[in-house]
Amino acid sequence: MKSKFQVDKNGYYGQFGGAFIPELLYPNVKELEDNYLKIMESEEFQKEFKYLLKDYVGRPTPLYLAKRLSEKYGAHIYLKREDLNHTGAHKVNNTIGQILIAKHLGKKRIIAETGAGQHGVATATVCALMNLECVVFMGEVDIKRQAPNVARMKMLGAKVVPAISGSKTLKDATNEAIRDWIGNPEDTYYLIGSVVGPHPYPDMVARLQSVISKEIRAQLLEQTGQEKPDSVIACVGGGSNAAGAFYHFLDDEDVELIAVEAAGLGVYSGESAATSVLGEVGVLHGSKTILMQDEYGQVIEPYSLSAGLDYPGIGPLHAFLNESKRAVFMNATDQEALDAAYELTRIEGIIPALESAHALAVLPKLDFKKNQVVVVNLSGRGDKDLETYIKNLK
Amino acid sequence: MNSLKELFKNKDKNLCSVFFTAGFPQLNDTVSIIKSLEVNGIDFIEVGLPYSDPLADGPTIQHSSEVALNNGINLDIIFDQLIAVKDEVKTPLVLMGYLNQVLKYGEERFCEQCVACGIETVILPDLPMLEYENHYKKLFAKYGISNVFLITPQTSEERIRKIDALTETFIYVVASASITGAKGEISQDQITYFERIKAMNLKSALIVGFGISNKTTFDTVCKYVNGAIIGSAFIKFLESNGVEKIDEFTDGILK
Ligand SMILES: Cc1ncc(COP(=O)(O)O)c(C=O)c1O
Repeated sequence: MKSKFQVDKNGYYGQFGGAFIPELLYPNVKELEDNYLKIMESEEFQKEFKYLLKDYVGRPTPLYLAKRLSEKYGAHIYLKREDLNHTGAHKVNNTIGQILIAKHLGKKRIIAETGAGQHGVATATVCALMNLECVVFMGEVDIKRQAPNVARMKMLGAKVVPAISGSKTLKDATNEAIRDWIGNPEDTYYLIGSVVGPHPYPDMVARLQSVISKEIRAQLLEQTGQEKPDSVIACVGGGSNAAGAFYHFLDDEDVELIAVEAAGLGVYSGESAATSVLGEVGVLHGSKTILMQDEYGQVIEPYSLSAGLDYPGIGPLHAFLNESKRAVFMNATDQEALDAAYELTRIEGIIPALESAHALAVLPKLDFKKNQVVVVNLSGRGDKDLETYIKNLK
Repeated sequence: MNSLKELFKNKDKNLCSVFFTAGFPQLNDTVSIIKSLEVNGIDFIEVGLPYSDPLADGPTIQHSSEVALNNGINLDIIFDQLIAVKDEVKTPLVLMGYLNQVLKYGEERFCEQCVACGIETVILPDLPMLEYENHYKKLFAKYGISNVFLITPQTSEERIRKIDALTETFIYVVASASITGAKGEISQDQITYFERIKAMNLKSALIVGFGISNKTTFDTVCKYVNGAIIGSAFIKFLESNGVEKIDEFTDGILK
């Protein structure tokens, strides 16, 4: 039987998903929809994808039993070390996969959106590797707050185009990338950075990131004799690292899946990105999902100290996991995430990305039973956030 | 009968339509813009519903939408403005917005309000054909609302025929692979594309939009199709000249 957590033939997870795109994008999206599975299941793709993940990205990433963290919270806490990937986050799993798909489709020019710059860097990296032209759209506000990643992208040969419309952050960068794609329907491939956008993107990106949970199962089996943990925790911006960490556990309903959103200054402070609490059903960037909007359907600008979680929607898979209660949605404020980041740094010697710190920040809020096995997806490393960490260190 | 359909029966050449953003430049300009366009010989009018994330629109319409939203415009105010001119204005009005606005407002409630304002035609660029067929076709039919589809140079013949079959009024022929915005001249490639569509002998009227900005581009495309829509160029004009001088703009196109 097909899992209910897989997309149906029209690209839906329950009522969420689909492809709500202007006719202008229809041929582009249709081409991808018709080909992505064929390409991804081909031997050639599989071989190259696995090879690059191993020798270029450095996979498998370790599954590390964090002893002191475990002691502190009274559970067996494992960290899935996506921070040790080349370019510093899980994002590269997706960009390696999509760049191979783009090459199979014969595309010459790659466009992408980025918030924190992690996806932009991961895209610029694979474009350098494959010798393809790369244009990254980034909100003008984010360009200012993520200067080191802007410099990295430029050094990698990408053109960084400021998005100056709307609120000048991730959602606007996504709008600009889509507009560029409308204007360049034939030679250009849009390399989306999360499990968002029109079908088939959410499914394609989830499949590419699913390597995370595939490895977790194998590594847990090796280390504990059991391949299933009790809980998996991951942060959710658009939801790609969470989709990857949850993927091979979706049908194992005894595995608790915990998705953590950014609550900014507090869920109801008006400065938050906790979409599952504040959002309602609507259409954003080509898919039906839940999103933060006002009473007239105007998209509300979210807020989080972490630029990677600063998105007004969540991917349609997550909207479905939330609605069906398959996943538990929690949230963490800026301050809770900062505290969790300082704690991990001090007791385990690992500086996490501010996004990943949100996943760690729910540990104090959970009641663990004895010997509970918990996997936290450490989606990225904190180098890009050092300035924020230093500024907020008391 | 749908008033646009009736219009197309009586006139099938040089149809001139103008798009404007409701609530721009001033919140309450909607009524005077519509009246002025009618007096000055515009055949049908597209009322843009300002949206925070207009994916298919270029900088000019993005900007006008942002200004209008800052002016405090919303769907309820727009419907009030349209109801106010309903009896006076005979020119067919078309609403152009994004699907999320309709979803949030409530699909049935949106349709009821359209009926109350005499709106019989809508353009929702991000409503795909599949979703239309599965859901909206029935809903719109219940309220006598006709939906306009877009086609582009990349749309396949098979798909255009399907769109033609689903269309009651006109097909929105997007002039080039591009978002909205005033562009330069009409190229030979574009003419070849218009000729190709025309040669398909479709039942629907063909109206070209996106990038029609002045008399030259309007006259050129009208040689090949039934008419054209001018949007960004009009918005730019309004921004510099205000509502009082609309006749200068329309005269510039029509005379
Ligand atoms: C380290 C890290 N984690 C998480 C995210 C959030 O994205 P997603 O929810 O798609 O995993 C980002 C986005 O930039 C990131 O850089």
